[in-house]
Amino acid sequence: MKIDQIDRKLLNLIQADFPLSPEPYREIGETLGINEEEVLARLKNMIDSGLIRRLGGIFDSKMLGYHSTLCAMRVDEKRIDEVAAVVNAYPGVTHNYLREHEFNMWFTLTAPSKEELDQCITRIKIDTGINDVLILPAQKLFKIKVNFDL
Amino acid sequence: MLSAQDKRIIKELQNGLPLASRPYQIMAARLKMPEEELINRIRYLKENGIVRRLGAAVRHQDLGFKANAMVVWDVPDDKICAAGNLMAEFKEVTHCYQRPRQTGWPYNLFTMVHSHSNEECVKIAEKIARAVGINQYNLLFSAGELKKISMRYFE
Repeated sequence: MKIDQIDRKLLNLIQADFPLSPEPYREIGETLGINEEEVLARLKNMIDSGLIRRLGGIFDSKMLGYHSTLCAMRVDEKRIDEVAAVVNAYPGVTHNYLREHEFNMWFTLTAPSKEELDQCITRIKIDTGINDVLILPAQKLFKIKVNFDL
Repeated sequence: MLSAQDKRIIKELQNGLPLASRPYQIMAARLKMPEEELINRIRYLKENGIVRRLGAAVRHQDLGFKANAMVVWDVPDDKICAAGNLMAEFKEVTHCYQRPRQTGWPYNLFTMVHSHSNEECVKIAEKIARAVGINQYNLLFSAGELKKISMRYFE
């Protein structure tokens, strides 16, 4: 999807601080010098095209009482699709990336409790027959920045 | 402690903000609470770090950030805080976490670097390495996205 300068400014604005006021889209429009209808139309376009994955809240899973970890698996190249299907079937697996390393499958797993998190990992190991898994929970957070300067 | 209503608000917020003139009014009607009360409660959840961010999550690959590397660092344990804080200063670093070392895995500091190409990611890692004074590191380039969704809580 082609986006113009106004879309970029709009994206920068709404990635950072979506207004907490009764008419947020009108407010955003005022900042950009366009009207509310245009803001809504541009947002709809970017959501429909998939450029905006979601417009809503992003939460601190730990503050919600959830437990999460990064996991890395050593997967035979020939088994990637099959193993990915097993891993991705878990709703708590939110990100899964192939990476160029002997540990080539990297995924994040989130669960409502430590017990459920451990159970998921155990089940993934059993279902895939792969025991070579690094469990790498965050011990300290130095930065998380999910908005991009456009 | 989150109330039952907070959890309902969180569920609404993860479904997304309505694209309408009064999005909070629409959400508030579903939650059977006044609009103003909802707005104030979301502000409270934000101020207390439960809502980390309110706004858009974008597909950064579509916006020119086509390459990403996980740069993993082997940092002496007593230097980890200083190193983590320094690395966090770089605008190209989107995530920075300390994670445990394991047998066969010597790295204890993880940074995500996003840029326009793999070569750029290498240069950024070199720049960080020089600034922080850590030479033991490795770049794991993304070779494909297998899944990326937002977590759904309380479901």
